[in-house]
Amino acid sequence: MKISHNIVIGGLAAPASALFAFPAMPAGLDLSITIPQIKVAEYHRPYVAVWLEQPDQPTARTLSVWYQTVKKGNEEGTKWLHDVRSWWRKSGRSMRFPADGISGATRAPGPQKLSFTAGKGPLGTLAPGNYELVVEAAREDGGRELVRLPFAWPATPGQTMVRASGKSELGAIALSVKP
Amino acid sequence: MLRSLATAAAALALLATPFAAEAHRPWLRPSSTVLSGDESWVTVDAAASTDPFVLDHQPLRLPGFAAWAPDGHEVPLENALTGRYRTTFDVHLTQQGSYRIGLVQNGIAGSYMLNGEQKRLPRGLTKDNYSDQIPSGVTDVALSEVLNRNETYVTLGQPTPLKPTGQGLELVPVTHPNDLVAGEPATFAFLIDGKPAPSLSITIIPDGRRYRDDTAERRFVTDATGRVTIDWPAPGLYWLNATATDARVSLPAAKERRLGYTTTLEVLAP
Repeated sequence: MKISHNIVIGGLAAPASALFAFPAMPAGLDLSITIPQIKVAEYHRPYVAVWLEQPDQPTARTLSVWYQTVKKGNEEGTKWLHDVRSWWRKSGRSMRFPADGISGATRAPGPQKLSFTAGKGPLGTLAPGNYELVVEAAREDGGRELVRLPFAWPATPGQTMVRASGKSELGAIALSVKP
Repeated sequence: MLRSLATAAAALALLATPFAAEAHRPWLRPSSTVLSGDESWVTVDAAASTDPFVLDHQPLRLPGFAAWAPDGHEVPLENALTGRYRTTFDVHLTQQGSYRIGLVQNGIAGSYMLNGEQKRLPRGLTKDNYSDQIPSGVTDVALSEVLNRNETYVTLGQPTPLKPTGQGLELVPVTHPNDLVAGEPATFAFLIDGKPAPSLSITIIPDGRRYRDDTAERRFVTDATGRVTIDWPAPGLYWLNATATDARVSLPAAKERRLGYTTTLEVLAP
């Protein structure tokens, strides 16, 4: 898969691919988010939001939201979206759910891949500048964690991979910025 | 529902408890203030006690409470009951936006001298019925108009404007009261009859009094434009109170008007 390829090869390959792979690999963001295995008696998959923000900008651009999309009992899963509290304040509370092309079901532990193409879908057109991709996870009967991955757009050679890791609710996160 | 049962007199049942000046503080405790989903519920406790949010004295009694939806319409209070220490009721949030939930007390308080003894007027009087309570032959009748507002705000989805009524002492958001985060100062404007209220003293007390040695009370004063900026050292519930006295009476026999505003604010973690 081209996404995992990029992440494995990392910063070494990306400048080269930027030169040669323009038609095959459109500009955009590839993201791998590892949902950690957590050994508890009653495990619920976390709600996760992924968004972009810029320094000194109060608003944000939501790229992806994972929540319980199936009604359980008499309560809709949207009832708990506000628990992803930083995202809810920055972006979520102004959205409607389900959000076409953005929201989906919660995901299982392990690496989860996302790919966003510049000019399309939730990523849309990004003005050149400094950004942070933010990943926030909140789990029922568990914790909440937020991880930030700063990057510049468009990507510059040698700075195409950003890696970070959470400590509790999020594992390794790798962001490939494709020019 | 409950509201429709309220009579004007019953709505004023608490009037003779001018909470501004007394040790027992009235408070509302909403179960949540920031909510998501197509619909949701909040449950609200209402009581008066020395320390805000500590249930050890008296309930604030129904009726008189009401809730207003983001579109301005009044919505019913559900599952209401009054226990030994608190009144509780639920509000079903079915509209996206900000709800106002609370109690407005508007009436007459006062006293007179009879046979050399000062007597207080009973609770719950209005402009229309207070004179029935003043016997003939009394002297030194002292009357005050009282307009107290005790309300809190909850938001389903995106916060929406909270419009002032233009009557009495009110808070107007500069920072929305459902957009408060520890470490970020918030600014509110205070109005009296819709006009800025400068030099107004604002008292703030955080929740959790039982688990610390002092009240942690802080005081702020509004500036010349009626605005005040408050910092929130920690997440949690905060009780806010302001009082004012003026001579803008509508009843000629009243010598003053006493105004009160109380709210409960929830500050979230950053």
